[in-house]
Amino acid sequence: MKLPPYAALLEATLERAEDGTPVMVMPFHPGVLGRPGFLQGGAISGLLEVAAIASLRHALESEGGGRIKPINVTVDFMRGGRDRETRAAGQITRLGNRVANVVAFAWQDDRDRPIAAARMNYLIERD
Amino acid sequence: MNFDPAKMALEMIENREFNGHAGRLGVRFHAMGENWLELALPYSEDLIGDEESGVIASGPIIAMMDVATSIAVWQRIGGFAPHATLDLRIDYLRPARPGHTVIGRAECLRVARSISFTRGIAHDGDIDDPIAHVAATFMVPSGTYPRIGK
Repeated sequence: MKLPPYAALLEATLERAEDGTPVMVMPFHPGVLGRPGFLQGGAISGLLEVAAIASLRHALESEGGGRIKPINVTVDFMRGGRDRETRAAGQITRLGNRVANVVAFAWQDDRDRPIAAARMNYLIERD
Repeated sequence: MNFDPAKMALEMIENREFNGHAGRLGVRFHAMGENWLELALPYSEDLIGDEESGVIASGPIIAMMDVATSIAVWQRIGGFAPHATLDLRIDYLRPARPGHTVIGRAECLRVARSISFTRGIAHDGDIDDPIAHVAATFMVPSGTYPRIGK
């Protein structure tokens, strides 16, 4: 899967979970710093977005592909993002013909203790 | 009022030594009024989220609006208070036009004891033809917002 230039700006790379679903990994670096020692909320949001789109691309691969356009995103920030590696993965709640509903979680040490979550709606334009 | 939102924005995003995320994105201070302020996100190929169209990703717009709405709270209370974004919602009304600077205008609606409410509009030249609408809430980690100004 080819990642957009914005993912490179975040220095985010793609990992695969055991079941093949994409997981984004972002190292802590000055380019994602907010207040000293913490990730900027926008960088976490950006990682969640990249993860959500990667999960949708993955799901659409088996359905002939399609274009993905964001409709809206709601991000909840649960914990400050500390100066360490962050992972994010999307879960597709529903992949319809025209709309996809996705949730994405970002975590650091423990997947069960997310630092942020996002709920996104995407418009799907099928090929 | 001693608080200067423009100076705050400069310190937060244009300080090369600090050089955090907003600085990496190229966010700058743009303009302000009595109860609003604007930041600017110049177009850059680094920000592209969809290579086919050249449209920038939504992450950089969220990042700019997070900073802009945050400063709008400090503008309203007339001073700096550390706070964290509780949630941020963004509606994408249309894609940003490739090559255009995105302007993010933010205003604070209310500062309660420990929670503040804000809204913002992102546009790329014409505020009446917006790219995105944002609503964000912030919370002080402990205690309450100081009553500096109003």
